Amino acid sequence: SNPFEVKVNRQKFDILGRKTKNDVGLPGVSRSKAIKKRNQTLLKEYKEREKTNVFKDKRFGEYNTKITPEEKMIRRFALERQQNYGKKNIYNLNEDEELTHYGQSLAEIEKLNDIVDSDSDTEERGTLSAELTAAHFGGGGGLLRKKVSSEQQDEEEEKPKSRKELIEEMIAKSKQEKQERQTRRESALELTEKLDKDWKEIQTLIARKTPKSERKDKEVEKPKPDEYDMIVRELGFEMKAKPSERLKTEEELAKEEQARLQKLEADRLRRMRGINEQANKKRPSHMSADDLADGFILDKDDRRLLSYKDGKINIENEEEKEEEEGEEEEEEEGEEEDDNEEESQEESAGEDEEDDAADSHSDLESDLESEEEAAGNKEGKKHKANENESQNVEKLDPKSEAAKSELPYTFAVPESYETFKSLLAGRTVEQQLVILERVQKCNHPSLAVGNKAKLEKLFGFLLEYIGELATLDLPELRTIDKLVLPLYNLCQMFPEAASDSIKFILRDAAHDLEEVIEVKGRAAFPGLDTLIYLKIISLLFPTSDFWHPVVTPAFMYMSQLLTKCRITTLQDVIKGLFICCLFLEYVSLSKRFVPELINFLLGVLHISLPKNQAQGYTVVHPFTPVGKNLELLFVCDKEDLKSWEKQNVPLSIVTRLKETSKTEINHIRLSCLALCFDLIKKCAALYESLPSFHEIMHPVRILLTQHVPVNEYPEKMQEWYHSALKELENKVKHYTPLICEKKKPVPLKQYTPKIVKVLEFGRKQAGSKKEQERKQLIQRHKRELKGAIREIRKDNQYLARMQLSEIMERDSARKRKVKELLGSLATQEGEWKAMKRKKWKS
Amino acid sequence: QLPTGLYKKVLVILHDSVLPYMNEPTLMMDFLTVAYGIGGAISLLALNGLFILIHQHNLEYPDFYKKLYSLLDPSIYHVKYRARFFHLTDLFLSSSHLPAYLVAAFIKRLSRLALTAPPEALLMVIPFICNLFRRHPACRVLVHRPGGPADMSEDPYVMEEEEPSESRALESSLWEIQSLQNHYHPDVAKAAAVLNQSLSEMEDDISGLLELSVYELFDKEVKKKAVDVPLEFEQVRGLFGKKNDIFAEHFSLD
Repeated sequence: SNPFEVKVNRQKFDILGRKTKNDVGLPGVSRSKAIKKRNQTLLKEYKEREKTNVFKDKRFGEYNTKITPEEKMIRRFALERQQNYGKKNIYNLNEDEELTHYGQSLAEIEKLNDIVDSDSDTEERGTLSAELTAAHFGGGGGLLRKKVSSEQQDEEEEKPKSRKELIEEMIAKSKQEKQERQTRRESALELTEKLDKDWKEIQTLIARKTPKSERKDKEVEKPKPDEYDMIVRELGFEMKAKPSERLKTEEELAKEEQARLQKLEADRLRRMRGINEQANKKRPSHMSADDLADGFILDKDDRRLLSYKDGKINIENEEEKEEEEGEEEEEEEGEEEDDNEEESQEESAGEDEEDDAADSHSDLESDLESEEEAAGNKEGKKHKANENESQNVEKLDPKSEAAKSELPYTFAVPESYETFKSLLAGRTVEQQLVILERVQKCNHPSLAVGNKAKLEKLFGFLLEYIGELATLDLPELRTIDKLVLPLYNLCQMFPEAASDSIKFILRDAAHDLEEVIEVKGRAAFPGLDTLIYLKIISLLFPTSDFWHPVVTPAFMYMSQLLTKCRITTLQDVIKGLFICCLFLEYVSLSKRFVPELINFLLGVLHISLPKNQAQGYTVVHPFTPVGKNLELLFVCDKEDLKSWEKQNVPLSIVTRLKETSKTEINHIRLSCLALCFDLIKKCAALYESLPSFHEIMHPVRILLTQHVPVNEYPEKMQEWYHSALKELENKVKHYTPLICEKKKPVPLKQYTPKIVKVLEFGRKQAGSKKEQERKQLIQRHKRELKGAIREIRKDNQYLARMQLSEIMERDSARKRKVKELLGSLATQEGEWKAMKRKKWKS
Repeated sequence: QLPTGLYKKVLVILHDSVLPYMNEPTLMMDFLTVAYGIGGAISLLALNGLFILIHQHNLEYPDFYKKLYSLLDPSIYHVKYRARFFHLTDLFLSSSHLPAYLVAAFIKRLSRLALTAPPEALLMVIPFICNLFRRHPACRVLVHRPGGPADMSEDPYVMEEEEPSESRALESSLWEIQSLQNHYHPDVAKAAAVLNQSLSEMEDDISGLLELSVYELFDKEVKKKAVDVPLEFEQVRGLFGKKNDIFAEHFSLD
């Protein structure tokens, strides 16, 4: 092009291999382009700035260049027809209903009946094709034409015009043909089906007559096509459907159970060491709702397998003993089971049931139960139930459940403690259990939304109820013993709520204690209910954890009880010893050290001695070397000493010491002493591994060896004493000097050079990828902004130019008009003057 | 002589209500010395007044530390004036010029007595002992003795010895604190485990721990929010239904 129109951007340095976009610019071209564009857009807008009307062309395909004009016309026509079609029939109500058969209107079928039926080429068919030919090729044979012409002469005249109509007809007809074909196919299908049926009927006849060689293969199926076949197939299907639900063998079950327990145990150990691993916190798998539902069977499995587990895990202390015990237990259980099975078999015989003995008897029993319920003969049932209860009370026997059929089957969860109490009032223990179980089942959290909160409340009510039972004048401990089961189940379902309510109780108890201490300076031991709560905590929660939201506060509370509560009566001693037992049980797995426990046992030994003993030890709070509580456990009556037999201390003594004879009180004292000896023995076994075991036990040992009047004790007591002492003396003294753990050497701080890849010189590369992207974005935004500003400026310039030119145009037009007017006036004037002059001349 | 109750009351207020207003505080010397010699709680209370006399009035008290040492008995962790006593003991043992054997004897005795202490006292005394180790690096052999004999059949420390210099505390090790690492209270166990590592340079501030009460500890534990509550997986079989239940052996449900 013209070299004067080219602008060259001169490069300062030539760089090899660099490609530049903007070497050469064509300002003239680009300017004209821009102006052109503005003419098309901006100018248009400018000119239409005060106009609100818009012209819209809505004709079909007006701006679509892809459609040929002819097609366009056809489509427009079709559209018009469609629009008109509905309008015509507005007032003709019956027109819409069209009866169809196989998606084909009946009216049409009636009309075209001949065509459908005719297979051969008839004349009419010929006409069809003729019309086709006419459409495509503008007409065919003369015969046809004649016909057509003979039929409708008018049409002939309109032929060139109605080409589109023809095409439409054609389309309609081809559609008809399609439908015909379909109907034919369907009828053929029907026929074949019919044929199949007939064949099947005949087939059996044929099969009977097949030669023997063939028949052999089919013999399996054919002789009894009904039952056997069915069964075989069913079996096959069953196998396919549930390969995973195969009944596991007992070994496998045991293995699974063991694995589960091992996992739980490992989890427990981890918590015991206080290792914090949030990642693998796991809940016990039997928390699921299903497990609760069939707790009957699970219960049994648990028992047996737990004895395995204990045998394995508690290797260190008395492994042999435990294993033996475990075996015994197993045997017992086996016997129990045997009993059960026998029973069930008897019963089943009574019911004339022909079932395999291999069936699990629980299933059988439940079956029986349902049947019996249906039968409704309550008398015999009750009898049986009573027998069962007497045999094993522990289990929730379905029989007893059946016996309580007079209980309603659904219960609402009580909303308040009063309603809860009235629900259980007047019922026997078994009935209470059944009621609680039904309340749980009827209001399972999966059944309705609010059930969870309700059942959580139920846990609190149950706890309160247990507390109330324990504070009764004659504590119903047997009932509590049973009620622990539903409590455990509820706790498994709602651990958070359970822990909260127990914590609440603990806090209340501790608060009361603290208040009493502040007011009086000393406190008394709490009631039996608190002791029962503490015991229940050990049943519901793992007491071996390093830290546990419930157990740790319980520890603190018990420690407070042992150190702060004063000991004035025999009941106080029993309560204290109960708490000692709790402590021992709490730490039995974790073997944690409890100083209060040793102190208390030492104190108990101390008060069993006569006064004025030479001291070689110091007792600490709440026991004093001199004072009221001395000789609380001291027995000097020879007769009582002789007649003593070791007996279990009944817990009801704690709330109410019966007005018993002095002998009995002395016996209880001696039992407490025996308990103390046993606890010392257990402590010694537990703390054996502590490095300062001997220092811990030192005062106890001195007291045992130097002060206890062994020879005055009865023989049984001497046994207890010696076993405790043996456990204490038997330990080897073993000290190794302490050595600190080696500290990991802290590496010196080093300043390694930072290495950055340099991809291209001259470009900014600092920062990470993100930073770079951000910079790029900022740059782009800047560039766009600049461009936009430039464009707007140019637009404004263009518009100003346009306005200017408009004004100039208007001005020039005015000038021209003024000139014209002036000119015409001048000529007028001139003419007028000329006329005047003429007049003068003439 | 005064009755015990009055004695205590007088001694409690002596150091801040009486001594500062006396012209000749040294006149109280005999009274305090006698009180200090009585033993038990009264000795503990007399310490405060004595300290002021020693500190501000140049009282020379022979065998002061020996007396202090003999004051340490199991009841110090249980008495009401525990905070005051440990505050003063902390003061007395803060001097870095004390001989190592003396401090070691104190450490050893305190930790031996800690075996019978309640948790709130343990939470106070363990940092106390740690502080003593920091002030007297020579005592660190008690927790770190790399070249010592591999096995001993007896703790060399003699508890019954009245004279700290002859208690052979420096030959011993702090097995008591090691035992306390197994304490049932998690915080105590953690605090005791600190001695396994070499100590940091900064002293712990024990002024806040002196007044600690069990109820505060309990409250702190109860208010902790647990993320989830681990549960016992062993199926319950009644109140005393656990395996090898101690209760079943000795208690009956009647």
